[in-house]
Amino acid sequence: MTDIGAALPKPRVDVWPALTPLLVAAIAAPFIGSTSTFVTLTLASLAMGAMLFVMASGLTLAFGMMDVLNFGHGAFIAVGAYAATVVYRYAAPLVGGSLTLDLLVFVAALVFAALVCGALGFVYEKLLVAPVYGRHLEQILITIGGAIVIEQLLLALFGTEPIDLSPPLAFRGSLSFGEIGVEKYRLVALALGLALFVAQLLVLSRTRIGLLIRAGVENREMVEALGYRIDRLFVGVFMAASALAGIGGVLWGVYQNQARAGMGGELLVLVFIVIIIGGLGSVTGCLIGATLVSLIANYAGFLAPKLALVSNILLMVVVLLWRPRGLYPLGAR
Amino acid sequence: MTHTLTLDGVHTHIGRYHILHGVDLDAPSGRTTMLLGRNGAGKTTTLRTIMGLWRASRGTIRLGERRLDGERSSEIARGGVAYVPETMAIFSDLSVRENLVLAAREGAMDEARLGWIFGFFPALQKFWLSRAGGLSGGQKQMLSIARALIEPRALLLIDEPTKGLAPAIVDGLIACLKDVKQKGATILMVEQNFRVAREVGDYVAVMDNGRIVYAGEMAALAEDRALQGRLLGLSLDSHQ
Repeated sequence: MTDIGAALPKPRVDVWPALTPLLVAAIAAPFIGSTSTFVTLTLASLAMGAMLFVMASGLTLAFGMMDVLNFGHGAFIAVGAYAATVVYRYAAPLVGGSLTLDLLVFVAALVFAALVCGALGFVYEKLLVAPVYGRHLEQILITIGGAIVIEQLLLALFGTEPIDLSPPLAFRGSLSFGEIGVEKYRLVALALGLALFVAQLLVLSRTRIGLLIRAGVENREMVEALGYRIDRLFVGVFMAASALAGIGGVLWGVYQNQARAGMGGELLVLVFIVIIIGGLGSVTGCLIGATLVSLIANYAGFLAPKLALVSNILLMVVVLLWRPRGLYPLGAR
Repeated sequence: MTHTLTLDGVHTHIGRYHILHGVDLDAPSGRTTMLLGRNGAGKTTTLRTIMGLWRASRGTIRLGERRLDGERSSEIARGGVAYVPETMAIFSDLSVRENLVLAAREGAMDEARLGWIFGFFPALQKFWLSRAGGLSGGQKQMLSIARALIEPRALLLIDEPTKGLAPAIVDGLIACLKDVKQKGATILMVEQNFRVAREVGDYVAVMDNGRIVYAGEMAALAEDRALQGRLLGLSLDSHQ
């Protein structure tokens, strides 16, 4: 066949979106002036970006693959934080004993939050999402309703007052490098966010489930026609997305030192901005988007606090004017 | 193991549109049946209905003794039916290898079968690890067909595989389809290119307005110009 020799166009390595956080930092640096302030702000932004990434990465996969507008995603963030408070309540005698015990309890809180949110995600998908596949308006209404129900259940179960969720003793305080101070917990959050990013990339590129998810984002019908139950894959992805939201909720709750029923709803706009900027369905885009959002929010908060209120909306406008489908859009369905 | 595909009075509605009006069709076991007809006659809808991508609102679809109507696409596929859509529907974000890994549901790909596929489509071997979205139109079609062939299937549903392809690539596809037929697969294929239809097809069914209006041997239709003119509105010899 003559097409054998046809040269394949070289894959275009699109590095510009990945460089945008560096560009933003380079532009902000001269205005901030002090090197130590700049580095401190940047590290804080990276940690915040890692937490936002964890909360948003599940949603981008679920949104990209299932075409579901889940406005209840924020509720899972709050459930995750409350689940962590349960673990801390029962593990209170162990906390503060040693770095190892603190780490174990923290990991137990993350795992418990993931399990609770994953299980809740299963029920939520079956009851609320599955009946409205393909109907966006109904999805918006029913998932907002679902989020309200979950928030009210949290208030009924845990009370109206925020519950303390301070970092374990081992994660409190700061590390100093000359004039640069970095909170230990932010480094933990950054490390965990990056670890989850690598884990997601490995799952998506090295496992059959990952291939199915990527294929499903692109063409659900063909995945089904190849013999795979796309509805079961949807449930699995939704559960994973909910579990990631729960883990993100623990990280954010500890960062904020409290669990509140409304915390997820407050973060939801930011999470949607992250996945829209990143490109729906793209995990790498989600990480870049989360980093950009955090950098802009922190730099603007320092340089022009009034501008910080609209900085992320402005960022989204600029990105979408440049890349209308986000920084790393996947193949169109 | 192959089976005869039988459609009996199949109706399909898409939304409020009534597309298939009682399709009766036999695709004999181990043979290639060509589905011809003008655009909009219902050929693609027939294939998609067999594959379960549209629901038959009435009638029965059988592959051997097994009823396909009412089953999910995934169950139909797992029962040994492969579908090559007109749009090719390759996963452009995945590599050539990853596309075939997903199509090989039973686990690891059979090396001998992969070698057989590479014999027809060497480009797939050359671009094994390349992103499928970067392939040319012909190469994408090769990948789409290879995906259907990577494991033995009882029935292949192929929708216009030569559409828009260069003649040399079409020759390769013909050779491939002939070999697949010799291996005993039942094939139902929509095709507009009569040279391909005549070379590959054993039987032919002509559709119009959502019904089968003629069914018989391909050779008989190819030799009967009057019949061609009556059924298709033009000589098939000019339909190349």
